[in-house]
Amino acid sequence: MEVPPQGELLVNATLSDEERRRYSRNLLLPEIGEAGQARLRSGRVVVVGAGGLGSAVLYYLAAAGVGHIGIVDSDAVELSNLQRQILHRVADLGRPKVDSARDAITSLNPHCRVETFAVRLAAADIGAILKECHAVLDASDNFQTRFLVADYCWQAKIPLVSAAVAEFSGQLFVVDPAQGSPCYRCLLPEPPKERELGILGAVAGVMGCLQAIETLKLLLGLASDLVHRLLTFDALACRFHKMARSRAADCPLCGDNPIIGRQAALT
Amino acid sequence: MRLTVNGELREVPARTVLDLLQELGLEPKRTVVEKNAVIVDRAAYRDTTLAEGDVLELVGIVGGG
Repeated sequence: MEVPPQGELLVNATLSDEERRRYSRNLLLPEIGEAGQARLRSGRVVVVGAGGLGSAVLYYLAAAGVGHIGIVDSDAVELSNLQRQILHRVADLGRPKVDSARDAITSLNPHCRVETFAVRLAAADIGAILKECHAVLDASDNFQTRFLVADYCWQAKIPLVSAAVAEFSGQLFVVDPAQGSPCYRCLLPEPPKERELGILGAVAGVMGCLQAIETLKLLLGLASDLVHRLLTFDALACRFHKMARSRAADCPLCGDNPIIGRQAALT
Repeated sequence: MRLTVNGELREVPARTVLDLLQELGLEPKRTVVEKNAVIVDRAAYRDTTLAEGDVLELVGIVGGG
């Protein structure tokens, strides 16, 4: 299984001595090696949301050597973010989160090329922001954005690694149209009412780390069970569960009679 | 009847998946249901009956980040 195709990611580029030292623990893994490391370096992903999930996933993607990372977030850093959003520091209060996030990850790994988008994703600009990427990571904090991102990625056939958290719960799944995944709307057909809920910061950390792992597997072409399953985490019970997802016949996006038009999602 | 719900054994009066969601105060629209390792079609919550010993996973889809 090759996701994304070998042709899109340069596998022959050699690593510098500094890269060999930096990534030596990656290179020892037979699943990565020099070819895999070169694939990660030529990978381009976009992370939607530089909050609690983004704080874990951005650090680990940058540290692992993903070469090109886009970060989308329209918010500025607030004091109430620092309980879980460990990308940001007290000195960053009031700064755009995308700037603070970029500084945090490039100071960890200057090889990482970061592009920032200080906007709230909208149908008009999503195509320009999510262009030419190997995976999109949903780490956003609202259903409006989640549905916009999921619909767009489905229509544009971009693999989506979607994590979400609330209170003591976390959820993670991958939608890769090339591997026949059911879409997001098969799980949840329409955006439900937004609720402001508490969140234990470390729960976002757990799910962001798992989201990073699934993304790295996608870039490396390693198979993932989550293209057909939903992983759930209950921190209070300290319990993970994986359940099979299936395409819903009444899904408004990919069902038998879809009501969401191709044009609407792509424009 | 005795069911296993999200890994815990519970005694419930519910006879259908929809009854169970209502008993537990879960919104059917945002809850994904797995019964005995098979996902239950959303349109079938009312008609899907429960039997002693069924193993259920109820997942309320969340959207925080």
